[in-house]
Amino acid sequence: MREFKGRVVTPGTVTAPALVSHGGLNTLASFQKALQFGDKKATCGDQNNPDLYGKQMAGKALCLPQTIGSTTGGLVLYCACSMGRQPACLLFSNPIDSLAAAGSILASVWLEGAEMPVVDSLGEEFLSYVKDDMTVTIKADGTVCVE
Amino acid sequence: MIYLTPEQQGILDGAKGETMAKVMKTLVMYGEVFGADKMVPVTSEYNHLVTSFGLKALGPVYELMDQLIEAGAISQQQFSVDPRPLDKNVPANFLQNFVFNKFMYSKQDFYEEQLKKLGLMDADAFSCACYLDQMGNKPKKGEVLSWAESSAVVYANSVLGARCNRNSGIMDIMGSIAGFVPHFGLLTDEGRKASWIVEVKTTKKPEAQLLGSAIGMKVMEDVPFVTGMNQWLGSELNDENCAYLKDFGAATASNGAVGLYHIEDLTPEAKELGRALVREDAKVYVIDDAELQRVKDSYPVIWKNPDAKPKLCFVGCPHLSMQQLKDWTVAVEEGLKTSGNAKVTVPTVFTTAPAVKKEFEKTELAARLKATGVVLSSICPLMYMNNPLCGPMPVITCSNKLRTYTTARYYTEAEILEKITKGV
Repeated sequence: MREFKGRVVTPGTVTAPALVSHGGLNTLASFQKALQFGDKKATCGDQNNPDLYGKQMAGKALCLPQTIGSTTGGLVLYCACSMGRQPACLLFSNPIDSLAAAGSILASVWLEGAEMPVVDSLGEEFLSYVKDDMTVTIKADGTVCVE
Repeated sequence: MIYLTPEQQGILDGAKGETMAKVMKTLVMYGEVFGADKMVPVTSEYNHLVTSFGLKALGPVYELMDQLIEAGAISQQQFSVDPRPLDKNVPANFLQNFVFNKFMYSKQDFYEEQLKKLGLMDADAFSCACYLDQMGNKPKKGEVLSWAESSAVVYANSVLGARCNRNSGIMDIMGSIAGFVPHFGLLTDEGRKASWIVEVKTTKKPEAQLLGSAIGMKVMEDVPFVTGMNQWLGSELNDENCAYLKDFGAATASNGAVGLYHIEDLTPEAKELGRALVREDAKVYVIDDAELQRVKDSYPVIWKNPDAKPKLCFVGCPHLSMQQLKDWTVAVEEGLKTSGNAKVTVPTVFTTAPAVKKEFEKTELAARLKATGVVLSSICPLMYMNNPLCGPMPVITCSNKLRTYTTARYYTEAEILEKITKGV
């Protein structure tokens, strides 16, 4: 088991299985099909992301460097949260980007009960260490335990 | 800790109602994440929104819009918006039309009604290139914006000298409603300094969309200071250069996440401040012919059959300027004349802003373009292609943005011209 310390962007605690993307998450490409066609598992539809393509994102501790792609990214993330198809949490190795920050803040302010804790700045070592299906726990102070 | 004026603190505390308090809370949280020191007024005349499409999947966005409208939380700014996703003149088969109209974009009319209530400039205010003269939403140097469309943000910052962060959709309208945005990143002098020097050493004028792609992929969200372009572009921001920078910037913003670039001796801040804009610890990226070729060769071909004959070609993402439209019309005519073909050999759509389209249609070139078989539209090619039915379709384009976000295959402008006029 290893612990990593990050910065809390939107607060919360959760334990969930890890899903790891070593490249940036293209939010629109990843979520659009799932939101459009009622896929409650939020299966990733981004063919350009070999780490995530075809895998369930809903309920997972999504570990990633940053989000990329269309600036609709924030509202797509907001919609995923509203529909209950969001990851259990977002864990960024880098400082969070403006699109992911917008999505998580919009969900936190405008939606009730759509929890998706977000921690950033966990460092490159975090992303090298964590692997799919490892158990990830976020503590309230931004500590992330991976086992 | 972000400093709020008594007025801003009052809004946050509910002086203008619960919904406005949430709008302010959203912006304050956004600013705190990025270390903003204060909120600053939005000073542009108009706003621009990225969300133009009534995609059924975005139901929660429309609910949020309704909440804002019902609470009277409406911007004092009118706004333009990105292009519509549909146009009956653009080739689509029966199944595509059925899915587009009855399923995917079934909320389009509803959403456009919401946009009218929220302050849409006019019924033709749909273009990603809202800053084109004909569209009437061209910010002035130093103005603070609350925009989100990535290609428009990078153009406004770099070519016009306005100040805007690379915001997300919805955050754009929040800033406009409040009339304030958090002061961080590209709104600050420090945030506008370059952390990369890009030395262009090519033997000919680089393809704008390829150069932008190379720089975007290298610097990601950083600010590049580009040298070596004077011999190709000179030092005047004329129509030709503005169109070049429009396409270049869109590629930097989509292939990377660039929100501002400086071109030595050309863009306004580079002209004023020169190399004082470059940070002391700036990294260097040299681009020559071989590097551009390497980048082009690195693009994956994700067509199911890489040798398939193209079924559709899009030119104009971002939307074409008037001069580009005229130049393309003449080039296609000449290409067809050389090849002996009467019409384009691949169904081709040129996309431009509605106001440019109207002006173009008043010229004699409109009939000449129509005679070549090219369809002129104001659709968003990206939204047209962003669905499962278009995924397997062999579409070609000279837009590096369209290549990045869809399965469209990229070719240079010269290659596209060859393909659509000669069928090679």
